[in-house]
Amino acid sequence: MTEPERLVVIGNGMAGARVVEEILARAPERFAIAMFGAEPYGNYNRILLSNVLGGTQDAERIFLNPLAWYAERGVTLHAGIKVTHIDRERRRVTGRPMRASALPYGVDGVDGGAPTIEAPYDLAIIATGSRPFVPPMAGIDTPGTFFFRTIDDCERIAAYAKRCRSAVVIGGGLLGLEAARGLLNHGVEVTVIEAAPHLMPAQLDSEGGELLKRAMEGMGVRVLLGTFTQAILGEGRVTGLCLKSGETIAADMVVVSAGIRPIVDVATSSGLAVARGIVCDDQLRTSDPAIFAVGECVEHRGVVYGLVDPIWDQAKTIADVVTGKDPAAEYRGSRLATNLKVMGVELVSMGEVKAADPRDEVVVYREPSRGVYKKLVAQGGALRGAILLGEADTAGVLTQMFLLGSPLPERRADLLFGTSSGAPILSVLDLPDHAQICNCNGVSKGQIKEAILVGKCRSVTRVGACTKAGTGCGSCKTLIQQFLEIYAGEVEPDESEHYYVPGVPLAKAELVAAIKQHGLKSVSAVFRDLAAGKEDAGSKPGLASLLKSIWHADYEDERDARFINDRVHANIQRDGTFSVVPRIYGGVTSPTELRRIAEVAEKYRVPMVKITGGQRIDLLGVKKEQLPSIWRELGMSSGHAYTKAFRTCKSCVGTDFCRYGVGDSIALAQKIERRFRGVESPHKMKLATAGCPRNCSEAYVKDLGAVAIEGGKWEVYIGGAAGSTVRKGDLLCTVDTHDEVLRYTGRFIQYYRENGKYLERSYGFVERLGIERLREVLIEDKDGICARLDAEIDAAVAAYRDPWTEANAPVHRSQFRGLIADDEARA
Amino acid sequence: MTLEARSARACWETDVDSPADGRSIDLGTVDAIPVGEGRAYRVGGKTVAVFRPRDGRLYALDNRCPHRAGSLADGIVGGGAVICPLHGWKFELASGRCLNESARVRSYPVVLMDGRMILLLEGEA
Ligand code: SRM
Ligand SMILES: Cc1cc2nc3c(=O)[nH]c(=O)nc-3n(C[C@H](O)[C@H](O)[C@H](O)COP(=O)(O)OP(=O)(O)OC[C@H]3O[C@@H](n4cnc5c(N)ncnc54)[C@H](O)[C@@H]3O)c2cc1C
Ligand code: SF4
Ligand code: FES
Repeated sequence: MTEPERLVVIGNGMAGARVVEEILARAPERFAIAMFGAEPYGNYNRILLSNVLGGTQDAERIFLNPLAWYAERGVTLHAGIKVTHIDRERRRVTGRPMRASALPYGVDGVDGGAPTIEAPYDLAIIATGSRPFVPPMAGIDTPGTFFFRTIDDCERIAAYAKRCRSAVVIGGGLLGLEAARGLLNHGVEVTVIEAAPHLMPAQLDSEGGELLKRAMEGMGVRVLLGTFTQAILGEGRVTGLCLKSGETIAADMVVVSAGIRPIVDVATSSGLAVARGIVCDDQLRTSDPAIFAVGECVEHRGVVYGLVDPIWDQAKTIADVVTGKDPAAEYRGSRLATNLKVMGVELVSMGEVKAADPRDEVVVYREPSRGVYKKLVAQGGALRGAILLGEADTAGVLTQMFLLGSPLPERRADLLFGTSSGAPILSVLDLPDHAQICNCNGVSKGQIKEAILVGKCRSVTRVGACTKAGTGCGSCKTLIQQFLEIYAGEVEPDESEHYYVPGVPLAKAELVAAIKQHGLKSVSAVFRDLAAGKEDAGSKPGLASLLKSIWHADYEDERDARFINDRVHANIQRDGTFSVVPRIYGGVTSPTELRRIAEVAEKYRVPMVKITGGQRIDLLGVKKEQLPSIWRELGMSSGHAYTKAFRTCKSCVGTDFCRYGVGDSIALAQKIERRFRGVESPHKMKLATAGCPRNCSEAYVKDLGAVAIEGGKWEVYIGGAAGSTVRKGDLLCTVDTHDEVLRYTGRFIQYYRENGKYLERSYGFVERLGIERLREVLIEDKDGICARLDAEIDAAVAAYRDPWTEANAPVHRSQFRGLIADDEARA
Repeated sequence: MTLEARSARACWETDVDSPADGRSIDLGTVDAIPVGEGRAYRVGGKTVAVFRPRDGRLYALDNRCPHRAGSLADGIVGGGAVICPLHGWKFELASGRCLNESARVRSYPVVLMDGRMILLLEGEA
């Protein structure tokens, strides 16, 4: 066997990592690969940094190639090492570690004292990307000035923004606007300064730019056009900006996003041909045949790109050439489409958006009142460019036609609005397998098809998890949906979607039947007999809930099937501590009870005591091992603020004190809460009573609410919600007494317990069954089950046992153990 | 204490990070961990989660979830994996490999000798 050739890749960003992936896919053993990256990480998806800055995506989630990826493929990664020189004669690349505080895209930044790292090569690829362009202005080094290029930049900006009230973004292009939107999420006032007469001058015409400006202003971003910055002001930290006009603007921080420039430092110092970028031929070869270049640092046929799309084809070309798979492969340039990833603004732009030629045919639709502007520029029946602003439903199809140069339909309007018949403008079936569908991640139709047919992905999200398609700007999601509709129809329907829990291959009805038939009383017995002995951690709590509802007292409770909250009867917090919410019936407490709570909170140094949104008191930040003694000393019962069960019944002051009260809402709330406390159900249940229709306790929007009306009557509402979903409850019945409210409440709860799906809140349940049907069952007793429902709920109420009594009788000696010290364990 | 100070460090994290490698450590009798659950042990400077799944084996992982430092010992265990209690990342008990994200936690061999759990710190896997 021949020795593998040595390949060195300079730059470990989206282009560098992609070219290595493409090479490994063709010839996994061919090269011994070493990569240098100035950033101290594996490769991540830079285009998702806008989401990271805005806080809508975690930084950890955007990694494409984490460090383990390199190790598993035998690629040596020099992370945090910047290449300073290529000795082309001896074919060696030299790098040095970065200084901790230096920006990776800075001109220097290496630690001069640190030892150099050298790597010999037979073949080298430069993928150094770009750096932010800094327009000439004074004070650019003032602390509080940032660029927006790397993961670390996002963290720095977000951390600094916490201390700021106002920010200026210099640059009204794609990145500047995405940065501005992200900053809004940090609660600062944002001003964008753009030198051109309209926003996004590279992608929009003046009319589109004007509408975009209005959309940004609608979000609270101030936009200054035709404005140049002279200097950043501030001693020691940014205090504002001075404009060329002489005007000054106050600001606590500045983000400079005024364009990018290819990083060509290493190429220049090593004597390669450099113009605006590193000059490459159609095979992406530089002026030295042993060195290639890829990505934003490249200048190809006079063009320098600033988007990811060209990277996918460039990487394929290099891989074909260097592995010998297709030594004649060529890259001929890319057509570009962009999508502004600003929440609340739909904007897609591609190609030439201004007519330049008398032969250009221009189609425009404008609806300024809705902020909609659509424009096509066509020539010879093919698309030269387009803008979709404010409404971009047809973006996926339009982008495909643009990229492939496909002939346009007769009716151009179809391209802007879809066909009136709803028929697809472009059948995705007709696209070749190599057609790229997701331009952000370079995913082809063939790969998506495979994920659906072979990988059995059944939703846009699953396809995304499998291939990364649709996880960038998201504009290709409608196409992925079409592929799902077409290809998912050709294969077996996915049974697992109907399983009650993923780990047992049965739908709910079959599962219940099988459990009864085999007499399976514990979660482990279900896995043993119905899932071929294979446990599935995620399925345990759902099975536990189902078994308990089937067997009641005969259910064999295995504590390991419970979520931690239900093992320790408290809600886990982000730092691993727990919260203690004692039951306060109907929201009414007393000085003695408050004093006791205060004493306990002081004694145990509880970090926070808070009134909850459920009218009771929360002791937050309690350590697991403190739970039993706190409960004992409180002498109150569990408020069940942690489990799928009856939680609270809120009340208003009602007839006791309020001048409008027409019903005793406090007494009713207390009766309800005493009766149904802790009763388990498919999801949590929060109730309320109100003394009159002013509804101060929000009873119309609870799982069940009782509202007093004139004449001493009570209206009972069910299926209300005011959490992530807001829904007014449906009127179930109107009754005369507290006892009747209690009766219908019990019936409804029991029916929900029996027929609700696991984790289905009452708002979903009531909507699914419909209020008419529920009235038939619960009021008119059409099914003849009311007596049974009443008896079942009585039994459930009678079986209630306060879980906090486990303070005195733990189910296991380490039930409430937090950290166990090793010396203590040994003893 | 300020809120920031409190949230900066999770409550089960220990202060020191001095490696206690090259040792085997007796963690006491196995019945300290209920069947099917895990518990967190302080071992030298580390916090290690030891799991006792229903298959009768023992596993040990670094207790700190790489996502947002959830305590894996408080997770649900089953089918050779543990689910972090905070946001549901799932880790293979044997290797520490995360099954839904590209992440990993360190795993340590732990063996049962005369009913006692012996953690081997030198052989990190
Ligand atoms: C403590 C409390 C916030 C507060 O400080 O006031 C709270 C805290 C939590 N709520 Fe809530 N909710 C609290 C009142 C509410 C309310 C208001 C109410 O109860 O009247 C609502 C709207 C009503 C509702 O439930 O629909 C509410 C709607 C939610 C939702 C959305 C449910 C939905 O389907 O719409 C969730 C998420 C879920 O359940 O999946 C949630 C989940 C959570 C969790 C349990 C998240 C979790 O799993 O860790 C929070 C625990 C935080 C912690 O660290 O302990 N919380 N939450 C309130 C406790 C009330 C109580 O005394 O028991
Ligand atoms: C916030 C943001 C949003 C974006 N959104 C989009 C979008 O929606 N759509 C789109 O198509 N594009 C978008 N882009 C552009 C896209 O990210 C780039 O086109 C792409 O990352 C270029 O890849 P690259 O590998 O050439 O450069 P980079 O990804 O920048 O990678 C180059 C790497 O090389 C390293 N490096 C540089 N010099 C050296 C050296 N001497 N030694 C070692 N390492 C070195 C750098 O530190 C860097 O890690 C966005 C960019 C940003 C910053
Ligand atoms: S709204 Fe509820 S779930 Fe969200 S952060 Fe507040 S307490 Fe937590
Ligand atoms: S901390 Fe473990 S999943 Fe978030």
